[in-house]
Amino acid sequence: MQLEGAAALVTGGSRGLGAALGRELARRRARVVLVARGRRDLDAVVAEIRASGGEAYGLVADVGQKDAVHPLVGAAAALVGPLDLLAHDASTLGKVPLRELAETECEDLARVLEVNLVGPFRLTKAVVGSMVLRGRGLVLGITSDAGVVGYPRWGAYGVSKAALDHLMRTWAAELEGTGVRFLSLDPGEMDTAMHAEAMPDADRSNLASPAEVAARVVDLAQSIESLPSGARLDSAQIARVA
Amino acid sequence: MKPAVWPRDEARLLQVDPMARTVADRRLPDLPSLLRANDVLVVNDAATLPASLSGSTRRGPVEARLAGPGETDRDWTAVLFGAGSWRQRTEDRPPPPELSPGEWIRFGDELSAEVRGVSPVSPRLVDLRFAEGGEALWSALYRQGRPVQYSYLCGPLALWHVQTAYGSRPWAVEMPSAGRPLGVALLGQLRRRGVGIATVTHAAGLSSSGDPGLDARLPLPERFEVPPSTVEAIHAARGAAGRVLAVGTSVVRALEASAANDGHVRSGRGVAALRISAGFEPRVVDGLLTGVHEPGTSHFELLKAFAAEPLLEEARARAEAWGYLGHEFGDLSLILAG
Repeated sequence: MQLEGAAALVTGGSRGLGAALGRELARRRARVVLVARGRRDLDAVVAEIRASGGEAYGLVADVGQKDAVHPLVGAAAALVGPLDLLAHDASTLGKVPLRELAETECEDLARVLEVNLVGPFRLTKAVVGSMVLRGRGLVLGITSDAGVVGYPRWGAYGVSKAALDHLMRTWAAELEGTGVRFLSLDPGEMDTAMHAEAMPDADRSNLASPAEVAARVVDLAQSIESLPSGARLDSAQIARVA
Repeated sequence: MKPAVWPRDEARLLQVDPMARTVADRRLPDLPSLLRANDVLVVNDAATLPASLSGSTRRGPVEARLAGPGETDRDWTAVLFGAGSWRQRTEDRPPPPELSPGEWIRFGDELSAEVRGVSPVSPRLVDLRFAEGGEALWSALYRQGRPVQYSYLCGPLALWHVQTAYGSRPWAVEMPSAGRPLGVALLGQLRRRGVGIATVTHAAGLSSSGDPGLDARLPLPERFEVPPSTVEAIHAARGAAGRVLAVGTSVVRALEASAANDGHVRSGRGVAALRISAGFEPRVVDGLLTGVHEPGTSHFELLKAFAAEPLLEEARARAEAWGYLGHEFGDLSLILAG
């Protein structure tokens, strides 16, 4: 897809991969709206993008809140126009340190699903009709191998990512032929605050940098027409295709 | 006709054929079978703002309803109401305190606007300029604003109740209601039948101001934008003997205003200030999908440009007898020659 002038909304945009995606999209002349719960880090990323000549806006919202979705989509479209690209990067691990399912409160699982699954569903639903009418659009779900492998202690997060993958797949099947595409991307282990929360003892030198991963993801977005809608790519496949 | 008192999932469809002079009782899912390949359906893709803002002034409380965007995103026309609630009819609401240019209205902690002008038509109709712009303005508008409410409803509307499935830029201050029942699946069925779907963005305005003098002037001039793809779609439909079907009166106004000079729709922005009623000869739109409107409203007047008044009266009477529901969340009518 043509990124120059495209309107993009990235959730989880104040740090990690979301912020890196925002910087990379803006570098390629997309008009970017970044979304995060906290104002301070978000403002810093937006200011940095603007200082380097990009167009970016920051909106404070919790994508796990039902009431937040239409205000977010409306304000974003007012700022950058009808959305062409929606990246679901915001997600929560749930309670840390991570714990086994037998120790997970039902409410904590529900909260993880609200943020990682129901939020992306609501946001997609609010945006996708406009994409269908215009015959173009790309929705990216940022996923994890915890959604494929049943790692001990990653249950709540893993269940939410497995379901997000299936959500993307089903949207793709239902909207085949409309010009609106869906893709699940597993970026692999990256050196982010979220990774440190989940695995505080990990050796950071083995972790990928979010900026490099973001550049590959944006390369993929640019050549999205060559991939089947609804595909799920892991980090090795992302590197190969990009 | 009774109003629909809450948003519903389905709609009945009153099929009115101005040529055959027939009226038939159908359902919205029948729409694809009533259209043909090469017809084009034009929808208003404006999302609906939470345009009602509770404010305070030195002279007392007001409700400001944004009526339409001005030159910058900080400039808006607005209609002011006095204290009261949405459960009262607008005409029963007390008038707002009379404000003069230079006075300020505060909306909560994070939003304020200066009165820049007061209309000679009505002291309720004012030009506002918000102190905030950009993200701060839009975030605050969405936090402080509520959708314009209707006194006949059984409860207050949330923002999602007043959106269509395909809205994007928030230009409308009241819902472009004819499009609300059109889901993504139905649009897909229409496309598979060969019906084109095109868009305009039209800043649909307020339906009621509470001031009879001002109400008589509604709709106020409204901003619209026609994308190049819509000009092409209309041209293609015309070339293949297809019909142009407008979804809602706002689309009729946008397309006819766009073609006002020479009968050709042009891409780009404009302001629709025209009044469409009996005797108006549509140059672009062949028919429309709209609500079931009552005589005496500006919507009903507009229909007279598409069908003779006796047929419209008969259609309305039949709809009432068949139990159709009216107003924003009511049933639909299709006024189109077969």
